[in-house]
Amino acid sequence: MQGDEAPLLVAEGVTKYYGERLGCRDVSFEIHPGEVIAVVGESGSGKSTLLSLLSQRLELSSGRVLYRLDGRLRDLSESTEAERRRLQRTDWGFVHQDPREGLRMNVSAGANVGERLMATGWRHYGRIRSTASDWLSRVEIDADRIDDAPKSFSGGMRQRLQIAKNLVTHPRLVFMDEPTGGLDVSVQARLLDLIRALVADLGLAAIIVTHDLAVARLLSHRILVMKDGEVIETGLTDRVLDDPARAYTQLLVSSVLAA
Amino acid sequence: MSPQAPLISCEGLAKSFTLHLRGGLVLPVVAGVSFAVQAGECVALGGPSGIGKSSILKAVFGNYGVDQGHIWIRDGERRVDLATAEPRQVIALRRRVIGYVSQFLRVIPRVSALDVVAAAARESGAGEDEARATAEGLLRRLNLPERLWSLPPSTFSGGEQQRVNIAHGLAGRHSILLLDEPTASLDAENSAAVVALIQEKKRARAAILGIFHDAPVREALADRIVDISAFAIGRKPAETARAEAAA
Repeated sequence: MQGDEAPLLVAEGVTKYYGERLGCRDVSFEIHPGEVIAVVGESGSGKSTLLSLLSQRLELSSGRVLYRLDGRLRDLSESTEAERRRLQRTDWGFVHQDPREGLRMNVSAGANVGERLMATGWRHYGRIRSTASDWLSRVEIDADRIDDAPKSFSGGMRQRLQIAKNLVTHPRLVFMDEPTGGLDVSVQARLLDLIRALVADLGLAAIIVTHDLAVARLLSHRILVMKDGEVIETGLTDRVLDDPARAYTQLLVSSVLAA
Repeated sequence: MSPQAPLISCEGLAKSFTLHLRGGLVLPVVAGVSFAVQAGECVALGGPSGIGKSSILKAVFGNYGVDQGHIWIRDGERRVDLATAEPRQVIALRRRVIGYVSQFLRVIPRVSALDVVAAAARESGAGEDEARATAEGLLRRLNLPERLWSLPPSTFSGGEQQRVNIAHGLAGRHSILLLDEPTASLDAENSAAVVALIQEKKRARAAILGIFHDAPVREALADRIVDISAFAIGRKPAETARAEAAA
């Protein structure tokens, strides 16, 4: 298989127990280049656990995560810690719900973005700064804020900065954990539109955890619905939302106002 | 595949809704639905309101699942069964083959009317300049005032939004067009503009499947009517019953 026909990441029976307590169980799916998958469900359904497992931030109890590296799928449990870290710094992005987890709050916006470039070997100060400046404007942050630290930014700006920091290395896959959670509705709309445009322009694959079905509808091609740690329904986003088959999905869809 | 093979071919479709929140109540809608639409042909789905016409149209777009049967969609020399297709296949078909004009525009915040329409043209393969020219041409023919083009349609009137929606649905190079009441909230002049655009698509050999409540529009466009009452199995119009049950 070639190009877009070959999956970028494959999850096989991904399972996590925290001691006796189930985090998530037996999750299997594939994601292809350019595909956006939303993981939806209520708090405690296991969706953030799943995201941490896929992105190698948490160790699996059983199952495998395979990722395409140099043209072939590799079991990430067989890769070295250094290889995984390199993946997280370059080929992947991770957007946290709370931008304070993804940013260094006391260093400048330009340094936050430039740091990731330096981690991939960039050394030329002028180029790092101009690339960082380009990315700030792509996420609609004024160039004259480049030397300000994110602790002086609003919540929406911080989140946009976190996105710029993640995308500056042109990752192939971005994990997002409730990227619009905790923001005002008007700020959310702007951020969503920005994410939608960037994902489409860059042809990114993304796995987005959200409890907001409107976010899933706007951003994703496919949905995984999680309940009690398991994926209970999956399919084309608009089909799952407009013609849900499982009882729990029907409850979710009917519990929101016009998603 | 023979060049005469239909672009859409439904075979023995059955659709019901299971309402788990109502104790698993099953609302049957239709069964045994079979019909085909050829290139250059316009087929109207007929029958009273709530009989299941929209459900069939949504199934042919991949938006609703079906319980049984096949929905064969011709894609050049191949055919794909939408009833069992993978989500990625459905998305690819929507990009290149199947266009859909819904009854309402789903507004995306902050995206201008012109960009909404141009994006649809780009998705089905037009270059940047061509997409923009297509979008401008359509909005002009649909009499959307030029001062509105650069604004997001969320503030438009119902009729203005519907015209953006129609332009969005017709901007691609799709060989199949699904139309759900395309002239619903339009006045006579705009309705005539829509009819003319659809006739052009027909002459360009698109296969058109639609629901046209308005009799003059139906007569102007449809070559045949497939009466869904013949396949209806619900005693009560399904959409109505579903809405009532959900309320």
